[in-house]
Amino acid sequence: MDVRGGSGVNRIASRPVKTLLYVAAVLGIFLTTASPASALPAFARKYGMPCSSCHEAWPKLSPFGQQFKDNGYQMGNDRDAPIFQSPAYWPVTFRITPQWHRESTNKVAVDQTASGEAQVTTHGFDWSGLDFHTAGTLAKDFSFYVLPSSDNTGAFHFEAVWARLDNIAGSSWLNIKLGKFELDNLLSEKRILTLTSISGVYTNYHFQPMYQPGVPENPNFVFGIGDNQVGVEWLGHSKDDRTRISASLLSSNDGSPGLPTSRGYDGFFAASRAFQLGGLGLQRVGGFAYIGEAPTYFQYTSGGPANPVAGTGIGNKGYQRYGLIGMWYLKKFDITTMYFHGTDSAWLASNTAALPGATLPLGAHSPSWNGGLFESHYNLNPQLIFINRYELVRMSQQAFTGDGVTPANPSNLGNTDVLTFGVRYYPFISSRAGFAYHAEYAIIRQRGASPVTFSDLTSSSLLLGMDFDF
Amino acid sequence: MRRINFARIAVIVVLAAALPVLAGAQQMESHEGKWTGHSEAGRQLYYRYCWGCHGARGNGDGENAPYLNILPRNFVAATFKCRSTPTGTLPLDQDLFNTLGRGINFTNMPNWSALTDQQRADLVAFIKTFSPRWKTEKSGDAIQVPAEPALSVASIKHGSELFQKLECWKCHGQEGRGDGPSASTLTDSNDQPIRPYNFTSDNRSKCGKTNQDLYKIFMTGLDGTPMPSFADVIKPEDAWDLVHFLRTLQYNNKSPELTLWLSTKEGAEIVNAKKVQNTYTGSGVKP
Repeated sequence: MDVRGGSGVNRIASRPVKTLLYVAAVLGIFLTTASPASALPAFARKYGMPCSSCHEAWPKLSPFGQQFKDNGYQMGNDRDAPIFQSPAYWPVTFRITPQWHRESTNKVAVDQTASGEAQVTTHGFDWSGLDFHTAGTLAKDFSFYVLPSSDNTGAFHFEAVWARLDNIAGSSWLNIKLGKFELDNLLSEKRILTLTSISGVYTNYHFQPMYQPGVPENPNFVFGIGDNQVGVEWLGHSKDDRTRISASLLSSNDGSPGLPTSRGYDGFFAASRAFQLGGLGLQRVGGFAYIGEAPTYFQYTSGGPANPVAGTGIGNKGYQRYGLIGMWYLKKFDITTMYFHGTDSAWLASNTAALPGATLPLGAHSPSWNGGLFESHYNLNPQLIFINRYELVRMSQQAFTGDGVTPANPSNLGNTDVLTFGVRYYPFISSRAGFAYHAEYAIIRQRGASPVTFSDLTSSSLLLGMDFDF
Repeated sequence: MRRINFARIAVIVVLAAALPVLAGAQQMESHEGKWTGHSEAGRQLYYRYCWGCHGARGNGDGENAPYLNILPRNFVAATFKCRSTPTGTLPLDQDLFNTLGRGINFTNMPNWSALTDQQRADLVAFIKTFSPRWKTEKSGDAIQVPAEPALSVASIKHGSELFQKLECWKCHGQEGRGDGPSASTLTDSNDQPIRPYNFTSDNRSKCGKTNQDLYKIFMTGLDGTPMPSFADVIKPEDAWDLVHFLRTLQYNNKSPELTLWLSTKEGAEIVNAKKVQNTYTGSGVKP
């Protein structure tokens, strides 16, 4: 590790260790959340099709792959039930990415500096989390997906667990899914093409504003529209998948098992329509909305609020996420554009228990923000794809506007910009396995987010790896 | 001083000028309604979606071919099942275009309706580059499909008689289950065993699900399979009677033909005798 900017004065040994632990923890979280998903050679083996059929560049789906998925992992040609396979057929795929990566953050809390912050850079060889996908059809029009997923220490959790009734009553407009699943996001975070600690997720999907510099929102309120959620989903689509619409009823716990927070429910709605634009390809436009709520306090045992009883969260307050998305194909060039809007209740933002008769702290407001995404791919051929992405988040209403003692938040507190470049090369395309050389660089700047001085925080990540699944 | 070899330069110039022409010789177009497909665009699509089964050279020897129990189409042979043209002739571009959009039921060939019309037209154009037949032969003329006559019990009964007379039952079985006495001996043009169509399994045939699609199958045959063309054997009105009868074999599909047939005592007895009762296996096989 390279710590720059230190004054060289003696400090107690525990602070650098804390810094190391902090960086390791952050990397660990990123590597876990960046755990990619959903490229299934198990399907390719079953149908004898190259992965490039269903994936523009795996794991990103092509329109054909999206149709296959929406149809309950069925082609619709009566070769979909496992009975057509060898009795030994077991649709399992694992995916992992050995890699070298470099992570650098310009301002990490470090004691050896006058400011208490220093640039921290680390690099070395590593590996990603591991995904075990098993999915397919139990019988005609009964599909399933189970995804045990680990971080890079081997600690497993269930990333997805669901069963689906497909084409109920013979209608493609009636499909019901139950379990933990990825929301019907047209821009799928589980099929993201980028892997770094910064761009392994979409920033807009996980952004939560700060209440004040260095002060996060209610710690029990953790939400990402890119996270898999637990609930039931109805999805309908036209036979050719040009029109898609879905609605989900979800537990308000961001996909955590065991009902850890509240008894509340969220709703997610998505709709899109694809159309042909001359010879350019299939264009798609759509929108989505997530209407959620989260508790502001819990019932607790004799130990007081520090000992909340799981699942008893009350004083729910709302939050919303909305978006418009366009997916544009210009022959070998494809562009995704997204507008995103989010707002959180002031109670959640200020971490204030909404007890009967309680009032908000002076100066607390419901924060709101707008976001945008521009992602472009140049698909030279099925084996080579160049990736570029720019995301931004701009606060339109700060959570705290001053109370006479503490000054108002800077208007740009939390504003974020992320820029990513990458290339993936697939040396072979087969129906047996997937392999990609992956190179990527990403940089993120977050206004006012440094841990001590609350100045701008900039991090970068460089990753070179071999991404494979079998 | 080095002398300029004008002859060599002339040869190079001529070759350079000929290159686009030579390259153009490999280009192919397809025409489907308002769409014009271009083989060069189709090439990219083919090597993304199709080569795994149909092979890099289009001769059906893709890496998955050994695992498929109906071998992928050999585009070099240019023999296609689903056509609107007489047996032995090349299909219309529209036939191939329709096959891509519909898929071929009961085989591993999926429908490619997720692709755009332009993409499917491009693929058709590229598929045509594999066989020299497309350069030396024209597509056959589409057969005429006369208007479907009014449905009647007499039509169904006549179709039933034709089913016996034309010996359809030898392959398809008396109940249309694809289990006739010849069924186990049949092979396709790849010398692979092939099973006759089981009418009781679905209301879709390999080449579509409308009555017109069924009619075309009689009259054009399924080239590359033992299913012959009956165009020289039966009259168009007879073919329609056969269509009406075959619909009554699909007793899980509430077609107008089946409904009419069930309304007669004779038809109801025949259909009900075919149904397997009280076996609720939950397997999707309906009793």
